[in-house]
Amino acid sequence: MKALKNYIDKIKPHFEPGGKLSMFQSVFEGFESFLFVPNTTSRSGVHIHDSIDSKRTMTVVIVALLPALLFGMYNVGYQHYLAIGELAQTSFWSVFLFGFLAVLPKIVVSYVVGLGIEFTAAQLRHHEIQEGFLVSGMLIPMIVPVDTPLWMIAVATAFAVIFAKEVFGGTGMNIFNIALVTRAFLFFAYPSKMSGDEVFVRTGDTFGLGAGQLVEGFSGATPLGQAATHAGGGALQLTDILGNPLSLHDMFFGFIPGSIGETSTLAILIGAVILLATGIASWRVMLSVFAGGIVMSLICNWFANPGIYPAAQLSPITQICLGGFAFAAVFMATDPVTGARTNTGKYIFGFLVGVLAILIRVFNSGYPEGAMLAVLLMNAFAPLIDYFVVEANIRHRLKRAKNLTK
Amino acid sequence: MGVTFYRIPKKNCNFAAKFIFYINMDHVVKIKKGLDIQLEGAPALEISNATESQLYAIIPDDFTDLTPKVDVKPGDKVLAGSPVMHDKTLTDVVVTSPVSGEVVAVERGERRKVMKITIRPDAKQEFVEFGKAEPDTMQASDLKALLLKSGTFAFIKQRPYDIIANPDTTPRDIFVTAFDSAPLAPDYAFVLKDEMTYLETGLKALSKLTPGKVYVGVSKRSPVPVKHGEVVVFDGPHPAGNVGVQINHIAPINKGEIVWTINALDLVFIGRLLEKGHVDFSRLVAVTGSEVTKPHYVRTCAGASIASITQGLIKPADYERRYISGNVLTGVNAGADGYLGAKQAQVTVIPEGNNCNEFMGWASLNPHKYSMSHSYFSWLLGKKRRYAIDARVRGGERAIIMSDEYDRVFPMDIYPEYLIKAILAFDIDKMENLGIYEVAPEDFALCEFVDTSKLELQKIVRNGLDRLMKEMN
Repeated sequence: MKALKNYIDKIKPHFEPGGKLSMFQSVFEGFESFLFVPNTTSRSGVHIHDSIDSKRTMTVVIVALLPALLFGMYNVGYQHYLAIGELAQTSFWSVFLFGFLAVLPKIVVSYVVGLGIEFTAAQLRHHEIQEGFLVSGMLIPMIVPVDTPLWMIAVATAFAVIFAKEVFGGTGMNIFNIALVTRAFLFFAYPSKMSGDEVFVRTGDTFGLGAGQLVEGFSGATPLGQAATHAGGGALQLTDILGNPLSLHDMFFGFIPGSIGETSTLAILIGAVILLATGIASWRVMLSVFAGGIVMSLICNWFANPGIYPAAQLSPITQICLGGFAFAAVFMATDPVTGARTNTGKYIFGFLVGVLAILIRVFNSGYPEGAMLAVLLMNAFAPLIDYFVVEANIRHRLKRAKNLTK
Repeated sequence: MGVTFYRIPKKNCNFAAKFIFYINMDHVVKIKKGLDIQLEGAPALEISNATESQLYAIIPDDFTDLTPKVDVKPGDKVLAGSPVMHDKTLTDVVVTSPVSGEVVAVERGERRKVMKITIRPDAKQEFVEFGKAEPDTMQASDLKALLLKSGTFAFIKQRPYDIIANPDTTPRDIFVTAFDSAPLAPDYAFVLKDEMTYLETGLKALSKLTPGKVYVGVSKRSPVPVKHGEVVVFDGPHPAGNVGVQINHIAPINKGEIVWTINALDLVFIGRLLEKGHVDFSRLVAVTGSEVTKPHYVRTCAGASIASITQGLIKPADYERRYISGNVLTGVNAGADGYLGAKQAQVTVIPEGNNCNEFMGWASLNPHKYSMSHSYFSWLLGKKRRYAIDARVRGGERAIIMSDEYDRVFPMDIYPEYLIKAILAFDIDKMENLGIYEVAPEDFALCEFVDTSKLELQKIVRNGLDRLMKEMN
C-alpha cells in the first residue's frame, strides 16, 4: 500500500492546477480519495468526526442491492431456459451465466455513461466527484426489462443525469429520483420497448449462449400485464410464461417475468434488512409504503369490479410481491434526497407512495405498474409535505411568542 | 444526595406537552436525543497541581463578540483583577488579568486583530481589592458595577446570538448549567465539591440581575447539590448539559427576549469575588484524551499555558498531537504552545491523525472505527467500549444528503436541517421562525460530528448569528 501511496503522491503534481494533466484533476482526486481516505484534519468546529461519509453510505446501499441483482441475473436465465423448454437439463451455473451476460452490458453502459457525465460535470465545476451515481447507476439496469436496447439505456441515463441532476446542482440537489427518471424517460419515449409481452423475457440467445426454439404456448406477459389485459370479468388466474398457474410462493421468491432486479420480494427484503440494520434507509418510509399499499389493496378488494378493473381482485400480499412495488418501497422511496426529510413527513410520503402505486396499477390499465409513477409523483410533493410539517413547528413557535405578549 | 427538586412553575409550561409530562412525572427532564461519544482518556477523580506557567494569556476570542480595546502595553505592571482590555462599544465590559505580573506582549494577527495578551506572573501574587460584598443587601446596580469592573461580568453570555452579555439589558431569566455532558468533560459535582459556598453566593448575586428566575440545570447522573435558584434536573446523553438545550426545555426564548447564561464553574469566580473581595480565577482543569498517560484533574488558573497543565502527562509518540483547550466538540485547537481559554475547564489531547493513510477506508470492516450509524461495525462492540479518535475529517464535504441525521442528536423543538438551510440562504424571516434566537454554535456540535456530508455546521451557525446581529442592530 505504501508503494501505491508513494506513486500517487508522485504523480499528483501533474494533476494540480498548472500541471499538464490538470484537466483531469477531479477524476484524479476522485480516485485518490477512493483508494486512500484523505488525511485532512478538521480546521474548524468539532475536532473529531464520525467515520461515516458519503462513500460509505453509497457502498452500503450497493451491498443491499446485490441480493436482488444476483437473483435478477439468475432469473433472467431461468425465464429464458424456461421459455425454450431446456430448464431441466441446464445447470444452475449455466442459467446464471446466461443472465449474467445479459445483464452485465446494461450495468457497464449505465455506469460508463452516467459516471462519464458526472466526472465531466465535476471537472467543469472544479468539484470533488460525488458518489450519488454509484447507486443510481446500479439501480438503472435493475429496473429495466432485460431486452431494453443498450443505446436506449445510454440515452435515458444521459438525459436523467444531465436534466434531472446536474442542472439542479448535482448529488443532493435533485428533485426527482435519477434512476426513476431514467425509467420514466424510457417508458414514455419508447413505450413499445418498455412494456407488453416482448421485452421481459429474453427469447433469443446472449452472446451465442442458450439458443433454442420457444416452446408452444409461450407468453412473455408479466403477471401485472396479465392482470391489466385480463378481459371479460371472471376469476383472474395469473400464470407463468408457459401458462401454468403461479403460486404466491413463485411470486415471493421471484420466479416470474419482470424488470431485472424487481421480481424477487425475498431478495429485496434481504436488502431492506441491510439498509435498516445499518440505519442508512428510513424505516418510517419503508413501513409506510407497505402500509399504504396494503390499505389501498384492501380497499380495492372491497370494491372490486372484476369486469372493469381485474387487478382489483389481487390480494394485498400478491400486490406487494408483484411488479416493482417492493423494490420501490425499499430502494426508491427511501432515497433521502428526493423523499420527505422530516420524520412526520416520511410517514405521509411513504403512505401516499403505497396508495398511489396500487391506485395507478388497478385503475389505469394503460400502466400495468404504478410504483415508478407513484414515487416520482410523491417526489414532487415531498417538499410540500415537509413544508407543512415545518410550518407546524413555526406556528407553534409564533403562538408561544404571542401568548407571552398577552 | 441533598438535591432539592422543584416543579417547574405552570406558567413556563407552554412548550411541547411531552416535556411537561416528564417533569411532572418525577421532576426530571429526560433528554432522549443525543449521543455520548465514548472516548479514551476520561479523567480519574484525582487532583494534582500544575507546574507554574511561564506566561498567562488573555485571549479576546474567548469572549465572543467582544471588540477588544487593549488597556495595557508591554512592560506595564498589572495586578490580578486589573483591566487589560475592554469592549469597544460596551465600554463597561472589561477583561481583567488572572494574575499579577508584567505584560509581555500584545500579539496581533491579520488586520491587527488582537490574538492574545501575555503576562509574566510575579512570584508573589497581588490582587486588586474590591472589598467583600453581600449580594442580598446590595443594590442591583452596585452589584453589576462591581462585577463589571472586576472582569467577572465578561463570563456571562446572552442569548440570542450567544455573545457576551450586554450590561445595559435586563434578562428575562438567567440560566446556569451545572454540568457538562460533552465527551470526557469534568464532573462538576467533583470539581465544585469545595466551591459550594462560592457557587451559592454567585447564584444569590445572579438573582439580583434579573426580574425573572435563575434556573440551574443539574445532571441526574452526578447532581451538584445547589440550594438557590430553580433547580431543574436533566437526564440523558450529550447535549443535555448545553445550556441551550436546557433553556429550550425549561422556558424557550421568544423573539425580542433576552436571557443570560453562565456556566457554574465560571459562576464560582463571581462567588469568590464577593466572598473574598478580590478575583480568584484558579480552577480545576480536567486533562483528558487518548494521548494523556494519566487523565485526571489539575489545579491551575485561567489563562495558564497548555504546556504547564499537561507537563509530564503526555504519552511519548512520534506523531503529531492536537492540544485542545476544551472538549473535542467545541474546544479550540490551542496547540502545544497555546493557552487555556478563559471559559475552559478541560484540556483534551488527541492524535492529529495526519500521518494515517487508510487504504479504501470506506470499505472497512474494522469494528474499531467509531460511528453513530450502524454502517460500521463498532456498534457490535457495545456502548461501553471507548475509542481513540483522531482529528481526521474522514470524508469529503458534500451537499446535505442524509435526512434525520441532525435530528437524532438535536434535542430541541427545532428542525436543525431547515434552520441550517435558512442560515445558508440568509433568509432572516425563516431563521427567526425556525428558532435562530434559541441556538448557539455549540448546540450543532454533535450534528457536525455525525454529519455524513462533513459540513462545518458550527461555523455556519456562528457566521449566521454574526450576520443576523449586524442586520438587526
